[in-house]
Amino acid sequence: MTPVTTVPTRLAAPTGIQQVFARIREDFPILKRSVHGSPLVYLDSAATSQKPVSVIETISDYYRLINANVHRGVYALSVQATDKYEGARAKVARFINAADTAEIIFTRNTTESINLLAQSWGMENLKTGDEILLTEMEHHSNLVPWFLLAQRTGAVVRHLPIRDDGTLDMERWGERFTERTRIVSVTHVSNVLGTINPVEEIVARAHRHGALVAVDSAQGVPHLKVDVQALGADFVAFSAHKMLGPTGVGVLWGRRELLERMPPVLGGGDMIRTVSLTDATWNDLPWKFEAGTPNIADVVGFGAAIDYLEAAGMDRIRRHEVELTTYALERMREIDDLELYGPEDPEGRAGVISFNHRSIHPHDLGTYLDRRGVAIRAGHHCAQPLMERLGQNATARASFYLYNNHADIDALVDGLREAGRFFGRR
Amino acid sequence: MDGDRHDVELDALYRDTVLDHFRSPRGHKTLDRTDVERDGYNPVCGDKITLSVKLSEHGVEDVATQCKGCVISVASASMLAELLPGKSREEALQLAETFKRMMHGSPPPEGCDIGDLDALEGVRNFPVRVKCALLPWMTLIDALKEAETNGRKAGSTTTEEKGTT
Repeated sequence: MTPVTTVPTRLAAPTGIQQVFARIREDFPILKRSVHGSPLVYLDSAATSQKPVSVIETISDYYRLINANVHRGVYALSVQATDKYEGARAKVARFINAADTAEIIFTRNTTESINLLAQSWGMENLKTGDEILLTEMEHHSNLVPWFLLAQRTGAVVRHLPIRDDGTLDMERWGERFTERTRIVSVTHVSNVLGTINPVEEIVARAHRHGALVAVDSAQGVPHLKVDVQALGADFVAFSAHKMLGPTGVGVLWGRRELLERMPPVLGGGDMIRTVSLTDATWNDLPWKFEAGTPNIADVVGFGAAIDYLEAAGMDRIRRHEVELTTYALERMREIDDLELYGPEDPEGRAGVISFNHRSIHPHDLGTYLDRRGVAIRAGHHCAQPLMERLGQNATARASFYLYNNHADIDALVDGLREAGRFFGRR
Repeated sequence: MDGDRHDVELDALYRDTVLDHFRSPRGHKTLDRTDVERDGYNPVCGDKITLSVKLSEHGVEDVATQCKGCVISVASASMLAELLPGKSREEALQLAETFKRMMHGSPPPEGCDIGDLDALEGVRNFPVRVKCALLPWMTLIDALKEAETNGRKAGSTTTEEKGTT
């Protein structure tokens, strides 16, 4: 590795951004707790993010002051609940620059969004021999729904490989994308490697041949400023809980003309216009896909999460994460026994760093660091094909968000050095 | 480790005996004959163990293990390979049962020779890691049961304990 000739960013004069992000930590009550007697250092935001007090209080206030079912009652509470619920949908639409609020479908999570897409669009449109193109770096949630679809329709799943540097091998596009490819489903940002994929380029190539593009943006929308219209994709899926919101809320965004033609997957209340004893007609978008009482309180909480992210500024969040990732890569490269995965350039990746210690299994590292209050992920990250490609059973992973700081990375690096001494003792 | 923090529970998890087994796993060898072979997977982390057993007339003659995993699973497999040779089938299953109960909080019965397994006692305080310690033993139980019903066979086991304990 190149010797460290630049001044570590931590020692540089404080910038406006750093001051802003130092204050942000105050908004996350959980960061004040300790774990095994040490202050919590939370480095697993790629699994789920922590929640600011505004989100926690919004959910609590909803139950204290408003709680009623939506789209039903004529009384004040129901009207207010509906306003809050639909207001959150409008916030999501604005946040990702959707052309139409009706294009935002609430689900339970990214996984459910992709399953909805596969079952609704896929069952309607795919025939035996049609092809679904995925990539070698997908999370299981963007693999298995397509396997299920392929089993039911006789469609074929293919994948685009990755290069050794952790980026998609676009040179092999031509051999994997064929005239039978009907949809390309690709992760926006790898949850293991942090790689930011060239979605615009993929969209351009797929659309040229009439194939659709779905984007698993579970790790994208929370960290990058995403404009779905500029991105050009046909579907984008993401989860509230990875972007400061509560668990139990996901989003499927799709272009209106596509969603209009897709059949509902779940039937029940709220998704119908009329029902007879033997038949029904469907409600308008987006409710056609939202059968039953939705997760109202958490959707409202999600609205508060979006307010928070907008106030912090997605561009500033991105700069902060690039700075942290740069610093972390620099510090981690100083440790000889570490192997780091993913693109070298912090600009080409999100704040996710997977790594392995030459002589310490990630599970042992995870346990050791946990005893010092440092929470990292250890395992296959629900991406077993990628693990196979990396030649590993498992990796350790540290991931960052707007509330992390340089001290968190110092704690990680100190812990890794200590772990080396602890497990290397004779 | 001057200046590093000492942590009693961590020291109890990673005792010197455990690290020694991890560094020189006793089962890393090739058997001249394998009667039963079984793979064990820990679905939580993707770790894998391959257990090869050479059977004798009344039980286990020798055991070899190939284990790519954490300190706990490799050490546990090594201890298994050290303890099993010469045991009858019943003794082997009994030992596996004793160790399983030990990981769930019950001390081994008086007079029961558990070899170095007592060094893994500290794992009990780390519930997530109990699966790591049990992986080789769950694989062994399935291997022996399969050997009885089907004769020589290869198969696989996961650490999901189907509704037990």
